[in-house]
Amino acid sequence: MTDPRLELRSAPHLHAAQGVEQIMRNVVLALLPLCAFGVFLFGLSAAALIVVVTLSCLGTEQLFNRLAGRAGTLGDYSAAITGMLLALTLPPAFPLWMGAVSGFVAIGLGKALFGGLGFNVFNPALVGRAFAQAAFPAAITDWSPVMRAGRFLELQSSSLSLPFMAPPESAVIDAVTGATPLATYKTGVATTSNFDLLFGFTPGAVGETSALLIMICGVYLLARRMLDWRIPVAILLSAALLSGALNLLDPARYPGALYMLFSGGLMLGAWFMATDMVGTPVTPLGVWVYGVLIGVTTIVIRLFGALPEGVMYAILLGNAATPLIESVTQPRAYGRRRPRKRGPP
Amino acid sequence: MLNRLRRTFAHGIHPPEHKHTADRAIRRFPFAPQLILPLAQHIGKPARPIVRPGQEVVRGEPIAAADGFLSVPIHAPATGTVTAIALAEDARGGKGEAILLRPYPGDDQRVRYGAPRDLATLDREALIQAIQDCGMVGLGGAAFPTHAKLAVPDNFPIDTLIVNGCECEPYLTNDDRVMVEWADDLVRGIDIALRVCGAARAVIGIEDNKPRAIESLRRHLRDHAHIAVEPVATKYPQGAERLLIKTLLGREIPSGARSWDIGVVTQNIATLAELGQLLPLQRGLIERVITIGGDVERPGNYLVPFGTPLRYLLEQAGFREAAGEIILGGPMMGSTVPSLDIPVTKGVSGVLALAEDWHLGQARRVYPCIQCGHCLAACPMHLNPSRLGMLAARREYAQMAQRYHLDDCFECGCCSYVCPSNIPLVQQFRIAKAFNREQAAAA
Repeated sequence: MTDPRLELRSAPHLHAAQGVEQIMRNVVLALLPLCAFGVFLFGLSAAALIVVVTLSCLGTEQLFNRLAGRAGTLGDYSAAITGMLLALTLPPAFPLWMGAVSGFVAIGLGKALFGGLGFNVFNPALVGRAFAQAAFPAAITDWSPVMRAGRFLELQSSSLSLPFMAPPESAVIDAVTGATPLATYKTGVATTSNFDLLFGFTPGAVGETSALLIMICGVYLLARRMLDWRIPVAILLSAALLSGALNLLDPARYPGALYMLFSGGLMLGAWFMATDMVGTPVTPLGVWVYGVLIGVTTIVIRLFGALPEGVMYAILLGNAATPLIESVTQPRAYGRRRPRKRGPP
Repeated sequence: MLNRLRRTFAHGIHPPEHKHTADRAIRRFPFAPQLILPLAQHIGKPARPIVRPGQEVVRGEPIAAADGFLSVPIHAPATGTVTAIALAEDARGGKGEAILLRPYPGDDQRVRYGAPRDLATLDREALIQAIQDCGMVGLGGAAFPTHAKLAVPDNFPIDTLIVNGCECEPYLTNDDRVMVEWADDLVRGIDIALRVCGAARAVIGIEDNKPRAIESLRRHLRDHAHIAVEPVATKYPQGAERLLIKTLLGREIPSGARSWDIGVVTQNIATLAELGQLLPLQRGLIERVITIGGDVERPGNYLVPFGTPLRYLLEQAGFREAAGEIILGGPMMGSTVPSLDIPVTKGVSGVLALAEDWHLGQARRVYPCIQCGHCLAACPMHLNPSRLGMLAARREYAQMAQRYHLDDCFECGCCSYVCPSNIPLVQQFRIAKAFNREQAAAA
């Protein structure tokens, strides 16, 4: 018998089946129903927006990989997730060119400049969203109504507006606008019923309106152990407790806990944005601190800040606080007295 | 608290068990044409050869003597002729001195050395000497001299002897079979160990995926109130000493200390079974039960003479692959061998022969750490492998040890197992530890 060719490998020789590509692919799968529902509610404009923003993110990722001389990373799906998430948080009739620019900023500024997947401090989609909020303040608050007749036949006029050709204001005047539930609360107009919020037939961003659908998609990922359940639980629970307590104090001023949970971007943020593994603490206790920080900040911004919506800034704040949270929540190792408390991460 | 009720420890992983050979009874393995007996088969100083080339030896006769207290003798695994004392390859890729022995093909290979004795007449010192004389080492894999582990100084009062029958490594079933088939020897060995270490009671921890072993031992221990059988949850790495103590007694060994410091001595199940078998007959350790598994035609649990070269072992077991990976021990902590001239030694609990295509689904792209935190949720020592890995990538080895308890890592491999980015964390930690050791030695 001739000897077999021997291979040398370092232990362990077994490996769990779940890899980065698999996790990311399933996140994409979980986001698809949200995209589909957004297209159903808002029509062609939403579909075009999702496609344009996602393509912009993929193209930017590829561009920066080329510039850096790195191997392609489109196969890990993370850029696609960023694009889809960003599109889902934008108004349905958001001008497509603005969407493309936001996608470029999300990947370029939010991810590539930090060194790509794993090195970004903030959730790239939220960096893109924050850029859009700052750069296009009019268009980002231009909410089109749901279930508009003929939505599958033509794009809304604002979608096709061109850069520098017409001031964004004209697009606003053009569009048939409808206020989001959070905005109506903020301006003191009649509120939407919790039932409508749950099912999502309300004006809002492409993929943020249906709390129920978001929860179903989130639970899918959770069941496949690809999502850290502690983060949505910590965010939603702390947000519900805080807003519930305020509502008890003064029901006339503060809406109820369910209204807070089901409106705006809180559901999408809690399940899909805040759970982006990069930028969240790895320590067991840190995850809870991070979630509570986001939940509380969201409610505080919504109720006491100038903006109707606070999820985006809350999560960005959570991302920024992550290194600090980690450094003070190092686990107690076996056989050691207590975790170390001081020092940089 | 909850974990003690569930009879387990916090964190850990559930790799596929692959205990395909659990039903295969222990069978004697044939003698290879040549046996290779390294002098350093144990932790401590290598044994000193006491035979010359050309000398005839009988099975069971000492052929190398212990060199000091932390050392054990080696006995001839077969009746035959010493052909040479020469350098031979070892499992770590280096070379070490070994006694080469050619067994007589026509011999019946009975053990002709040793005489029965009454252990009750021996005092503690004599028992410790007897254990050293039989060449016993920890058969769980560490190969630490057993007498040295049992000879606890008087200022460390020991209350409990923990007998480790967890066998948490996938594939391995040798300890399982020993518990099922050699329960009498095991009980005798436990009583010897109790006398030496001074503990009043023994607790046998067995993972609950071995119901027959649990049942077998319970039956044999009906009249032994001081020996308890405790099933524990099946979870890797339950068999690690520190975690088994935590599970059974709720105590933690402080970092850097030994189990003596918290009143506990642990022994592997196979070690005590061999001890119970050999000591009353005044015989030496010349063979052990190992699991041969993986892509071989005749997997099973075999009583293999020490010194059997892997080439012969795999021929006999029927390994027909053109390429593959040969692992000594289990797939989580075992090491692959660079050559088939390496023999089975005292610390080898299993030989896994895996065909090349076994890894096809596994040689995957390494991604940057995405900070998913899976490794923290898996690490049984509650370390932060994610942060350790990032520090290792920056070669901040001193920082790893000082701030993130690198030295508490016992390389169980849970972090590498779960890492979705396929980062070779354990490998990085080994390099970091080796680097730190060199730095400390140089200073």
